[in-house]
Amino acid sequence: MVVAADMRRFVERFAELIEQNADTLTELDAAIGDADHGINMRRGVRAVLERLGDEPTPGAVLKTVATTLISKVGGASGPLYGTAFLRASAAAGSKESLDDADLAALFSAALEGLRQRGGAQAEDKTMIDAFAPAVGAFETALAQGHPRKDALQAARSAAYAGSDATIDLVARKGRASYLGERSRGHRDPGSFSTALLFDAAASTLSGDGP
Amino acid sequence: MTTAVVVVSHSKALADGVKELALQMARSNTSVWAVGGTDDGGIGTSAVAIHDALVDALAAANEAVVLMDLGSAHLNTVMAIEMLDEDLRRRVSMADAPLVEGAVLAVVSAASGDNAQEVRARAEEAREMRKLIYGGINA
Repeated sequence: MVVAADMRRFVERFAELIEQNADTLTELDAAIGDADHGINMRRGVRAVLERLGDEPTPGAVLKTVATTLISKVGGASGPLYGTAFLRASAAAGSKESLDDADLAALFSAALEGLRQRGGAQAEDKTMIDAFAPAVGAFETALAQGHPRKDALQAARSAAYAGSDATIDLVARKGRASYLGERSRGHRDPGSFSTALLFDAAASTLSGDGP
Repeated sequence: MTTAVVVVSHSKALADGVKELALQMARSNTSVWAVGGTDDGGIGTSAVAIHDALVDALAAANEAVVLMDLGSAHLNTVMAIEMLDEDLRRRVSMADAPLVEGAVLAVVSAASGDNAQEVRARAEEAREMRKLIYGGINA
């Protein structure tokens, strides 16, 4: 089961991975965007760590993350990640602990929120290209009877693979779409931060403690 | 019936400049609000800052029409509108227009007392406006 403390560890791990990869995210964004993804995400997660307190439920933790990212991240990733966390928070509701099905519902709600907010489809070279395969891999692994730990690993791998696959795509959404064909050959920065998100989930939400 | 025009840009300087330029064509009592940049003064857009500008604009006018620049300005404007109370939300709409030309047309329209639907329609005419008359120097 995932309780508030697990969700906090997940958020802290995500923040740590953003800190470690902030320069990489900004360099990726410099190639095909406005060179601020790492800077924006770092500002966002630092504010999240400052605000995170003693939220009683996993849903409450996710809501703190959502509202902070919406107000602190300046680029498109603010409303996008903010919406994803907000929908995840709503899916988690006021439950004190989340089981496998709850977690699947939470991921799925986050993905649906992202799709609605950004309007991106598969292969538009956006964070959807990492997020959607990760959610799909998680659901498939659970349906095949794998334990949550393995399903989260499958989601992590699918997210990184999805991010890798954005390199060959031409951007049809987001700032990189202004570049057209010239966006090919570069990794989408949002897909990489999404892979970091599922990386953090894999090491913190398996439900078997720290 | 009064309509406020809200200019949203990644750059505070650009938003202020567009406001200044548009007001030159209109009466000074027209409501124009400029919002841009992140909370800490960087380049970007903030849903919270846009939300606050909309609240101010709707305190001064019956309706508000928002014009935006690139990418996330739209996402954050949508988010800001969703954050408004229902009675305010119904009074806001977005114009799908180039920022500078659209804002000038919108402000001229708002200054003449047009409602939001008319202001938006005028602003969106900016999409079809030509600058170069072919046959001249570019022939």
